[in-house]
Amino acid sequence: MSAELLSLRVQLSFPGFDLDVAEELRLDGVTALFGPSGGGKSTLLQTIAGFETPRAGRIALGGEIWFDSEARVNVPAHRRPVGFMFQDARLFGHLGVAGNLAFADKRSRTRAAGFNRGDVIAALDLRPLLDRSIGSLSGGERQRVALARTLLTRPKLLLLDEPLSALDLERKADILPYLEDLPKRFGIPTIYVSHALEEVVRLADRVLVLADGRPQAYGPAAAIVERLDLQPITGRFDAGALVEARVTGQDERLALTHLDLDGETLKMPMVGHLKPGDTIRLRIRARDVALATRRPEGISIRNVLPGAVDDITPEPDTAFAEVYVALRTTRFRARLTRAAVEDLGLTKGTPVFALIKSVTFDRRLI
Amino acid sequence: MPDLGPLWLTLHLALVTTAILLVLGTPISWWLATTTSRLKPAVEAVTALPLVLPPTVLGFYLLVILSPTSFLGGLWVDVTGDALTFSFSGLVVASIFYSLPFMVQPLQSAFETVGRGPMEAAASLRASPLDAFLNVAVPLSARGFLTAAVLTFAHTIGEFGVVLMVGGNIPGRTRVISIAIYEHVETLRYAEAHVLSAGLVAFSFCVLLLIYTFNRRFPVHVG
Repeated sequence: MSAELLSLRVQLSFPGFDLDVAEELRLDGVTALFGPSGGGKSTLLQTIAGFETPRAGRIALGGEIWFDSEARVNVPAHRRPVGFMFQDARLFGHLGVAGNLAFADKRSRTRAAGFNRGDVIAALDLRPLLDRSIGSLSGGERQRVALARTLLTRPKLLLLDEPLSALDLERKADILPYLEDLPKRFGIPTIYVSHALEEVVRLADRVLVLADGRPQAYGPAAAIVERLDLQPITGRFDAGALVEARVTGQDERLALTHLDLDGETLKMPMVGHLKPGDTIRLRIRARDVALATRRPEGISIRNVLPGAVDDITPEPDTAFAEVYVALRTTRFRARLTRAAVEDLGLTKGTPVFALIKSVTFDRRLI
Repeated sequence: MPDLGPLWLTLHLALVTTAILLVLGTPISWWLATTTSRLKPAVEAVTALPLVLPPTVLGFYLLVILSPTSFLGGLWVDVTGDALTFSFSGLVVASIFYSLPFMVQPLQSAFETVGRGPMEAAASLRASPLDAFLNVAVPLSARGFLTAAVLTFAHTIGEFGVVLMVGGNIPGRTRVISIAIYEHVETLRYAEAHVLSAGLVAFSFCVLLLIYTFNRRFPVHVG
């Protein structure tokens, strides 16, 4: 699928808040709008949808102009080919589940899409809910119905506004697999607003970091998560690295999944629905990585990967240093004490063995 | 048995007034509920005026505006051949002004309760503003419509001062029930006054009971 560009130039002011964004977003897969609450993520999303009107700027998807303050173009929200999923679902209480789906389906049935009502209902397991009233749904069920309703508008661009933030951890874990499944199943480019790094890590291909109404960084998810200078924004979370690994097999007896990371074997607690050949994304937290200059023996840690020190960033005024370790093509981080760096004589290029605790690969939400 | 003509005339007037006000009041209420215009307080004040003015004041001005010698009254005579004062049509016009706040205020409040959320959701599902209004805002405001219609109907049945000023007391044309009762009392025909009054009390109670019962069973929607 060819990736379209969403060209954004948006200036918008509320009392005490200015949004000023100029970015070109490449739309394939999932782009996360990430940043602290009040940073302007949701406002930007609403501006793309047409619910907010910028003071000045231009919004265009490919060649389609949705807003242009100079040319006085402002396509109303209901004519923009976007699907918007609200944080609070906003299902219509006077219609049941089936009625809410029909509301969307009826108004978009003639649009070209590779799927129909039945596909969406199947993908989100909604058949048992169709006869229910909205009032009887749990929070997680509401979000599933809302997602289905949004998909049935056959959008060219899917806008998800913190769809998990109103849910408790358990419900989040229920919904996440559906969200993860979306790009594969429906192939609709998605912009996902979130202030939870764990969600971004699991879902996003690219990340636009937004704080104080301004873009702070834009790039591949793995690179953004690794960046130290963004820690004031991402800082509530543990520093770490995103790596991609390929599933090579499942060990049923010991309940382990075997993975290939840059030619090395990793083992993690089994994730049942994975099949050999699947590519998954792992987050390796810097504090879960230890380094050794010789291959250790008689140690409980199962994952020992040979690599080399790529870079060392001491943290001034603390006991710690961040050490980047390079494998063949990927790199990740280890958080060591500065004393350890000195004792082991680590410098750029030193061959090391990275010791990674298996628990690090647990893909459930923290 | 007293003449029941005034009762039917009253019901006829209340029904026509309610029906016309549903059509006129809905767009005004929607505008008031959604506008950010600086004119909003002024329009709100005007629609609320009939609540505070003595009916005689309202009736006096309506009499002046509707009389065949005025521009509007004259135009009506030219078009229909009938005068607006001391006629049923005149009563309808007067009742519309008199009962306007009873239609607009509950509707406005119902529309404000619906708020922007469902309307944005409807727009995101490709519903045009009119489509969203008819298929989302109106059904979500069903209770508001019911309340507004009942209040308007009841208030129109009870009007006296405005009717007297604009319509007078012409049997079969403008003699509504409140005026018939007043006249019976003036002429000391208490028996007839009793029958009409008691009938009005019973009728009003039954209508309200029916509607509140229905209203209670009305599903409350939480979205």
